[in-house]
Amino acid sequence: MEDTKPNVVKITFDGIEVEVEAGTTIMQAARRIAEADGTQAHLVPPAMCYYKPLEGTGGKCRACLVKVAQGSAKDTRPMPKLVPSCITQVQDGMVVENTTNPAVLEARKGVVEFLLINHPLDCPICDQAGECHLQDFAFEHGAAQTRYEEERRTFEKHDIGPYIQLHMTRCILCYRCVYTADQITNQRVHGVLNRGDAAEISTYIEKAIDNDFSGNVIDVCPVGALTDKTYRFKNRVWFTKPVDAHRDCPTCKGEVTLWCRGEEVIRVTARKNQWGEVQDFICNTCRFDQKKTSDWVIEGPTKVQRSSVISANKYRADLVKKPDFALKLASSQYKAIDDSRPYVTDPDTIRQQSVENNDKANHRSLLAENN
Amino acid sequence: MQLTERSKQVSNKEMTLSEKAYLPAIVQGMAITLKHFFKKKVTIQYPEVKRYLGPVFRGRHILKRDEEGRERCTACGLCAVACPAEAISMVAEERQKGEEHLYREEKYAAVYEVNMLRCIFCGLCEEACPKQAVYLRHDEMVPVFTERDQVIWGKDLLVENMNNRYKREAWTKEEARQLDQKRAEGQAAGVEPRAIP
Ligand code: SF4
Ligand code: SF4
Ligand code: SF4
Ligand code: FES
Repeated sequence: MEDTKPNVVKITFDGIEVEVEAGTTIMQAARRIAEADGTQAHLVPPAMCYYKPLEGTGGKCRACLVKVAQGSAKDTRPMPKLVPSCITQVQDGMVVENTTNPAVLEARKGVVEFLLINHPLDCPICDQAGECHLQDFAFEHGAAQTRYEEERRTFEKHDIGPYIQLHMTRCILCYRCVYTADQITNQRVHGVLNRGDAAEISTYIEKAIDNDFSGNVIDVCPVGALTDKTYRFKNRVWFTKPVDAHRDCPTCKGEVTLWCRGEEVIRVTARKNQWGEVQDFICNTCRFDQKKTSDWVIEGPTKVQRSSVISANKYRADLVKKPDFALKLASSQYKAIDDSRPYVTDPDTIRQQSVENNDKANHRSLLAENN
Repeated sequence: MQLTERSKQVSNKEMTLSEKAYLPAIVQGMAITLKHFFKKKVTIQYPEVKRYLGPVFRGRHILKRDEEGRERCTACGLCAVACPAEAISMVAEERQKGEEHLYREEKYAAVYEVNMLRCIFCGLCEEACPKQAVYLRHDEMVPVFTERDQVIWGKDLLVENMNNRYKREAWTKEEARQLDQKRAEGQAAGVEPRAIP
């Protein structure tokens, strides 16, 4: 390939060739394929910890393992082990197998099982249900039955500041929230303490996060470990209607998704892209304090994927076209009222006229019947 | 083309004398009517008289309690999203300290309503429920109603009465299938109906 620029490499992902810049990760290359052709979205490896807007994320959960069948054009040996696609950079001539390799799918099943070892199965209670990445991940890649019989690890619920609640029991230790706090807010007061089984998100003796952007940890958390206290048990995600809205915000961009039930705004979140990643981080004022429709300029319903439970029972009445038959009929039969007739007030004349009209009408209907 | 055995050819030919006489045909018709007076009636006087409802009948809903009397429903909304008629609505509430004997889970349904006019008694809510909380009773129907507000059933009507628990022979499909199989093989004569644990 003489005409390609030196910093462009070509890889084959599940049999599809794609050209990306050198330094791109396999995950990004796969997403590039799906963005160009929406029907290939199922090829993209799932990500539980990798989060593009946050630097340094990825490599923690192993959800995105893929097989590299050929390392590069120069060195055609396969990589010995499955590699995490979110942090592995592409090489020219790399051949990657994801859904085409049964070993990858089998390994992924194992990853689901490991993530669920300590994750409680309390989806009926959890506020994240319906937009939880772990639910999607387990549904698409996991086994139907659990083999785990031991006790799960449990933690007490924590309040992180007045607005955020931490259910450490549900945490999968993806570190996204830690990176968010590091990169978005200027003083991080929470992180991961202890190791292994006992590792937990902590706020150093429950010191409240009172940063303007702290609420974003709720959005980045792939599971229901960090949830919005103002939304706690308010409603199920799929009963609320997401609409895009914006407002003039001095601290953030002010572009959000409102989750409404009827006219009431019950939750505000940042807008997310196709991969569930926040587009623009929003401030706490927008998220927690602006819960009136009048605070916002509504842009229209958020696009929800048809496969998502959030799209259930939403009919878009504004898009349904009313049949125009009745209107057409009315306009074709319209007769202007004849105002030139004399205005009769005398009761006898009225009676007389109504008898005559009745006769005429009978006559007409008889005529119609006989024809 | 002859479609059934009982089909008759219709024709316009001249009527015979007995047909013209008209009365024989009337008498024949009356005889048929009369015969039905002495037959067994197919109608029953509902609601005073009720028919037998089979073990798989889907009647009115019930919100089950567990053996300690705690409400099983956790207001997860799966029944409502599964319902094709959108008959179910609910409002969730967080369980407070000291209410552990009333509700099984951290969250419970403070309001749970089924609109019996919308409901088509398909039983999808029963299948969707992860907590074995909602069931359609096999032994009771929605009673006759005269006012519209009688058909929105709230928790007062739906939640199980612990002194008169709802009992069934089988609580899951698998259980029912096993029971059927046993019956077919002639075993399992008397299965005690029981309330769900
Ligand atoms: S709380 Fe959520 S975002 Fe933070 S590490 Fe746990 S799962 Fe990840
Ligand atoms: S029986 Fe069917 S229609 Fe009736 S409430 Fe349940 S799911 Fe809805
Ligand atoms: S009845 Fe069952 S499915 Fe319906 S809200 Fe309660 S627990 Fe959920
Ligand atoms: S998304 Fe790649 S390791 Fe978690």
